[in-house]
Amino acid sequence: MKTVGKSLAELHKLLVNKEISSVELTREYLDHIREYEPKIKAFITITEDEALKQAEEVDKAIAQGEEIGPLAGIPMALKDNLCTEGIVTTCASQMLRDFNPPYDATVVSRLKAAGAVLVGKLNMDEFAMGSSTENSGYFPTANPWDLSRVPGGSSGGSAASVAAGEVPYSLGSDTGGSIRQPAAFCGVVGLKPTYGAVSRYGLVAFASSLDQIGPLTRTVEDNALVLNAIAGHDPLDSTSVPFNKPDYTQFLENNVRGLKIGVPKEFFGLGLKQEVAAVIEQAIKTFEQLGAKIEECSLPHMEYALPAYYIIAPAECSSNLARYDGVSYGYRAEADGMIEMCKTTRAKAFGQEVKRRIMLGTYALSSGYYDAYYLKAQKVRTLVKQDFERVLAQYDILLSPTTPTVAYKLGEISDPVTCYMGDVYTIPVNLAGLPAISLPAGFTDGLPVGMQLIGNYFAEGLLYRAAYVFEQNTGYYKEIPGLLREAD
Amino acid sequence: MSYQDKYEMVCGVETHVELATKTKIFCGCTTEFGGEQNTHVCPVCLGLPGVLPVLNREVVNLAIKAGLALNCEIAEFTKFDRKNYYYPDLPKNYQTSQYDLPICKKGWVEIEVIGKSKKGGITRAHMEEDAGKLVHSGDSITASDSSGVDYNRTGVPLLEIVSEPDMRSVDEVIAYLQELVQILDYAGVSDCRMEQGSVRFDVNVSLRPLGSKDFGTRTEIKNLNSFTAVRRCLEYETERQAAVLDKGEKVIQETRTWDENQGVTLSLRTKEEAHDYRYFPEPDLVPLKIDRDWVERIRATLPELPAAKRERLKGLGLSAYEAGIITSNKAMAGYFDQVMQKYPEAKVVANWIMGDLSALLNAGNQSFEDCPVKPYQLADMLLMIDKGEISGKIAKTVLEEIYSSGKDPAAIVKEKGLVQIKDEGALEKIISEVLANNPKSVADYRGGKEKALGFLVGQVMKATQGKANPELVNKILKEKLK
Repeated sequence: MKTVGKSLAELHKLLVNKEISSVELTREYLDHIREYEPKIKAFITITEDEALKQAEEVDKAIAQGEEIGPLAGIPMALKDNLCTEGIVTTCASQMLRDFNPPYDATVVSRLKAAGAVLVGKLNMDEFAMGSSTENSGYFPTANPWDLSRVPGGSSGGSAASVAAGEVPYSLGSDTGGSIRQPAAFCGVVGLKPTYGAVSRYGLVAFASSLDQIGPLTRTVEDNALVLNAIAGHDPLDSTSVPFNKPDYTQFLENNVRGLKIGVPKEFFGLGLKQEVAAVIEQAIKTFEQLGAKIEECSLPHMEYALPAYYIIAPAECSSNLARYDGVSYGYRAEADGMIEMCKTTRAKAFGQEVKRRIMLGTYALSSGYYDAYYLKAQKVRTLVKQDFERVLAQYDILLSPTTPTVAYKLGEISDPVTCYMGDVYTIPVNLAGLPAISLPAGFTDGLPVGMQLIGNYFAEGLLYRAAYVFEQNTGYYKEIPGLLREAD
Repeated sequence: MSYQDKYEMVCGVETHVELATKTKIFCGCTTEFGGEQNTHVCPVCLGLPGVLPVLNREVVNLAIKAGLALNCEIAEFTKFDRKNYYYPDLPKNYQTSQYDLPICKKGWVEIEVIGKSKKGGITRAHMEEDAGKLVHSGDSITASDSSGVDYNRTGVPLLEIVSEPDMRSVDEVIAYLQELVQILDYAGVSDCRMEQGSVRFDVNVSLRPLGSKDFGTRTEIKNLNSFTAVRRCLEYETERQAAVLDKGEKVIQETRTWDENQGVTLSLRTKEEAHDYRYFPEPDLVPLKIDRDWVERIRATLPELPAAKRERLKGLGLSAYEAGIITSNKAMAGYFDQVMQKYPEAKVVANWIMGDLSALLNAGNQSFEDCPVKPYQLADMLLMIDKGEISGKIAKTVLEEIYSSGKDPAAIVKEKGLVQIKDEGALEKIISEVLANNPKSVADYRGGKEKALGFLVGQVMKATQGKANPELVNKILKEKLK
């Protein structure tokens, strides 16, 4: 029985009907991982023993006639910046290569409670800083659609593992597009929830006011099922919002008639590749044919979002990463004296991009520069937010490309600013704290193109509905990378 | 020559006081003092990757209470900020503190020096987390080849109270600090255990020529942990600055440290080397709105504060000095009030508390908090004096007995036969004997030497082991000597 590639609902049915056990299912995925990892390299750690133990427990529950939840007994993997008790959590950094957290992130304990089977921890750009996973402190990950290309980042391992069928779903984190951009590059569905919808407790912080955890899946329905398990207020995160969490699958109806979709013209400007624009224009037509009302709209301050983000995110990062000093955990360099030890530790164990952002942020917060940089960036952030609020008062959702380009070649982009420009459509959403989803909009030259849908605060349900309608009527989710087809 | 002949001192103090919560400011760990190293810790106060702070509401309650007790305005909107600096006792290498929107501002305390009183302004008070403690392998950091960190104290809530530069003498500084600590102790916002480091002071001090209105260049001396240290340090530092100015040189703006053993201040870092703390709003905590109902609920829990208590005690007939002594110690003041409930003679109660009882406690190394003589026992004893059941002299013995045995005064008097002799017949007999044994004194008295009577009274008291009623003794003696 070939289970890889099946939806969560299908896998759940197989388990409940005892057509397969969780242990068998887990072994099947582990075999698949072993087969494809040499090419994809999505995993930093594979947790076979823990996975089989968890699977056995679910099997026991099934054997005892217990009712199991929709994620129980089904394998999954986590971006390696989510703390897992007793399982090394590296953030793809040499700094934390041996760091074993003594606690689980809230999303991890929620998934554990749901019976999820953790099969491993996924590669990423070091401390989630980057857009290609080439900034991993260990190795780059390949894009399953073209092994010579990047999977995007920073949740590159999370997107590549799902696209390669190594896991049915994964969790990633998104600070400026780090779920949506790799989802777009790898042709999967990635959601960045509303800021405060999912607890950040146990997510190793990059930029606290922007970070959110979200699911990466093959289908919209799968995505809603995972969000069901991880969203909701957490008293351990003061920025998590107490809200009435719905069952997100209830929004999955095949109807967008009358839905008002705004298309912000600023998201079709500079840097957008013609072939990407063509796929998105076709997607807009599809929505129109399905009965949605499409109009062009404007978010006038978008051009300032990227520079503001590159002040705020590094500023927070410079403070959040100050704790890695070699004193009580993580890598420690041998050196004479405490100050030298701390300096050498940081010089040796952080990669180039992390150092660059720490320096940018330290500078932006320095006395004499604070007002000109950090304070001004915060004001821009308010303007960006107000732009979205104004437009979202008129439209139900906004539609844009997720990225200006498709996945580029490994090593193709070395200039950081060019790399930063790739997040120009995703970053404004983080500044505003809104939810957004990226889903496959079509293909160009055999590479997936992602479409971004942006919704109002806590309107994940509406995003799922629009995404679901598009997905069901286009069927792009059925496409699988050539790599997997050859194997079949 | 003292600096005061030429210069006036200007001083302001930053006081760090531990708030009396059961748990830490951002996690559930205990704030208890001591404990095995690194046992009062969790991922949150250790600042491990991925953790987030959750504000302890009781910290805000106590900060509001302190602010009210110090006549501060309580902010309607306040927030936390990160103060970024590297030090191994600071696990996140930033301290979560408050920068531009502190919870309390614009307060004052009354300070009094030799009968002259003035207001010592308080600029602001803000909430923050404490750091850990470095444990050196040797006697000092320089004499150690390694150091460890004890994180038990990390995350203990602090209130930093910043004064205006209002103090003009060392005595004023000490008066300000004593009043401040007393208020915080009374209000119950802190245990104020100086010996456990729960109150620490940073002083900012400068000199200016007498009559000048401008401030001179100041130095900051950090981490003083007692009034004595503050006094000694300021006495040294003012003379040091005066010597610099006398030579026509300039005082360097810098942070200094107090070396207790050598009795000197030493340069720690200059202005150029000062930290740039890169403050910015703490993104892991949401700003706090403090509605006025909240403030009023806290105000309703404020107990009587030292200044009010002193005034009340003066109203009861105590001198300013007595009122000052009684209120200087919260437990003593509470003890006084309890005795007064049963025996409302302020002067008498104050004398016994400040005198004999304090002496007993000092000798026994005890305090009013754990005083073995219960307030009702002292009151009962004082009532027995008034009723003539015991003499004031005997009462001293009775008090000692209550102190050591814990028994009630009536029982002690009965057991030890300390009841006053008021039987005239019995006294007459004793007095006749005394007169017979002291013919010279009798002759002296009859010859006009009034003083001789006192000696004879003393002899009667001696013969009765102090139990004779003094009034009766006087009366009978005078009759017999006619």
